[in-house]
Amino acid sequence: MTSEPTTVYVPRDSAARSVGADQVAERIAETAGPGVRVVRNGSRGMLWLEPLVEVATPAGRVAYGPVRPDDVDGLLAAGLLDGAEHPLRLGPAEEIPWLRDQTRVTFARVGVVDPLSPDDYVAHGGLAGLTRALSLTPEQVVAEVTDSGLRGRGGAGFPAGIKWKTVLGAASELKFVCCNADEGDSGTFADRMLMEGDPFTLIEGMAIAAWAVGASEGYVYVRSEYPDAVATLRTAIDAAYERGWLGKRVLDRDFGFDLFVRVGGGAYICGEETSMLESLEGKRGMVRAKPPIPALEGLFGRPTVVNNVLTLGSVPMIMAAGAAAFAGLGVGRSRGTQVFQLGGNVARGGIVETAFGVTLGELVEGYGGGTRSGRPVRAVQVGGPLGAYLPTSRFDLPMDYEAFAAAEAMVGHGGVVVFDDTVDMAAQARFAMEFCAAESCGKCTPCRIGAVRGVEVIDRIVAGRDRTRDLKLLDDLCHLMTEGSLCAMGGLTPMPVRSALTHFPGDFGATTEERR
Amino acid sequence: MTSPALSFADQVRSVVARHRDDRGALLPVLHSLMEELGHIDPAAIPILADELNLSRADVHGVVTFYHDFRQTPPGRTKVRICRAEACQAVGGDELVERAKSRTGVGLGETTPDGAITLEQVFCLGNCALGPSVQVGDRLYGRVGAQQLDRLLEGAA
Ligand SMILES: Cc1cc2nc3c(=O)[nH]c(=O)nc-3n(C[C@H](O)[C@H](O)[C@H](O)COP(=O)(O)O)c2cc1C
Ligand code: SF4
Ligand code: FES
Ligand code: FES
Repeated sequence: MTSEPTTVYVPRDSAARSVGADQVAERIAETAGPGVRVVRNGSRGMLWLEPLVEVATPAGRVAYGPVRPDDVDGLLAAGLLDGAEHPLRLGPAEEIPWLRDQTRVTFARVGVVDPLSPDDYVAHGGLAGLTRALSLTPEQVVAEVTDSGLRGRGGAGFPAGIKWKTVLGAASELKFVCCNADEGDSGTFADRMLMEGDPFTLIEGMAIAAWAVGASEGYVYVRSEYPDAVATLRTAIDAAYERGWLGKRVLDRDFGFDLFVRVGGGAYICGEETSMLESLEGKRGMVRAKPPIPALEGLFGRPTVVNNVLTLGSVPMIMAAGAAAFAGLGVGRSRGTQVFQLGGNVARGGIVETAFGVTLGELVEGYGGGTRSGRPVRAVQVGGPLGAYLPTSRFDLPMDYEAFAAAEAMVGHGGVVVFDDTVDMAAQARFAMEFCAAESCGKCTPCRIGAVRGVEVIDRIVAGRDRTRDLKLLDDLCHLMTEGSLCAMGGLTPMPVRSALTHFPGDFGATTEERR
Repeated sequence: MTSPALSFADQVRSVVARHRDDRGALLPVLHSLMEELGHIDPAAIPILADELNLSRADVHGVVTFYHDFRQTPPGRTKVRICRAEACQAVGGDELVERAKSRTGVGLGETTPDGAITLEQVFCLGNCALGPSVQVGDRLYGRVGAQQLDRLLEGAA
């Protein structure tokens, strides 16, 4: 008797692989034999449960996790392939409350599909956005993206539609779409997970952007720290060419778009868009002064769209479902969903995609479940290395660009890094300055020299010899960096420093008088 | 017979030739050279400048700007430990200290037997499963002291 093999899903996402997913997949394939088809999907984003194994059953996909290679034999013996009971059984994947309570829009297919199967992609709604976009004029597509309220997910939150309109309006026979996949912010990994888990969505989003602005060539600039994402994207792009989703006639229309992957050089500053453009041109990643803006004079001086992975990755859904569906989510001027990333010392880390407006506390304590160490949460850093450190007393803050700005913080790329009560906030402030000194492009003095001075001053403050004078010095330095820097590297490094000082002054030592 | 110097130059030129059609080809060329030769030998700089119609200073400037490009041969295995915030929160710094004392070299250095080059890295995109370590192209998460020792032994 032969029957259809049972499908078992084991993620190929590099986070899952980092804790043994490959060994688990191999073990399942070896032990279960031809009765099983192992699909390497993306990760559902419940990273504390990785490797998360799912089995397709008549009642849906049943999840088990975290599965170690040693667990495989026992799981199979217990009836894994039938979705049977086992201590690691989590029930139907999509009914796990952590996942069920999210609003997956940009990440709708991540963890669900085989990332490298074009058929799977189409079967799960892929290409609907591009197909619709190509039935509209570029102006109509730009209007739709504008109406959706989509703002850049890379950090600055600039309205995507307005940027696209500028590029569309610029006269040039050559225009570019560049995807910023440098994802240098510590605590962020959503770009990586989208590229590894659903690369066709990014490709489709870039093709839509190209159609909307009249571009014929695109580049994805991926950081070199992400070799798996680079490989997955390259394979997906080859498949997209084969299917006619890229190339001279996209979807058999009179529209050509070529797409290339470029790998960064391990420099954080190359995430800044003009530095990235310099790097794409084969130069040092020195930040350019603006104006001219990249939308008018970008890559090789041509009109260029620069958008983050998540920005471009949200476009297919917006075009497929219409602007109103996206704009109907969120609060104030922060529309749609944001893909938040919980990391650091957190019990349940991973991807939380939900409408803007969820509070910081709901993310950290609700989804995150507090710290991994079991100790009390003391601080969280939101928005990457240039973002503010916040105490638990600010857990009421809604995740919303404007509310965070008002609290002298930023949402940035949506990373939330949790620290327990063993954290030394003076050391974190010092690290912010050290990082700026290490990663400054070197163009302006307040950043290049200021950051080095910052490290020294913080050391002196902690030593506590002339604390009052040194605190004043640090304040002046932060002011100088904020005001005198060309880009946000130098301009925002004071944010983590000042927030640490404001919310956790006791960590910065005491004066000689105070100690007496 | 080809002299070693000539074959090196040819090697560099053939890498450049593969990227002829790339716009702004220098970074892809340098990445390919790193892959094939492990480092950017300073002797490659004038050849690259000549082939790509750039000044030597331009090429040198690019090679030195990016952390990824090195001008001396690396160890056989690169071990990179994440020093960024999310990993700091779960003991990344202790891991760095342990790796330094185990290998006897500092960050950016290679063990005397040429086995391991130890490096720092700021975020590997595995921030929910830190501390994170990359060995070659391979990512490891939730790396504790014992696993670090095993990784270092495996690389030695
Ligand atoms: C120091 C620095 C680093 C940045 N790093 C990134 C990055 O890694 N990824 C990214 O998308 N944007 C990054 N940005 C923001 C980009 O400059 C730019 O605003 C963004 O790519 C625009 O795309 P968006 O509008 O879709 O967000 C960075 C900015 C600065 C100042
Ligand atoms: S602020 Fe720093 S990174 Fe930005 S341009 Fe100036 S020197 Fe370069
Ligand atoms: S000055 Fe460039 S600030 Fe940094
Ligand atoms: S901070 Fe270490 S992997 Fe992101």
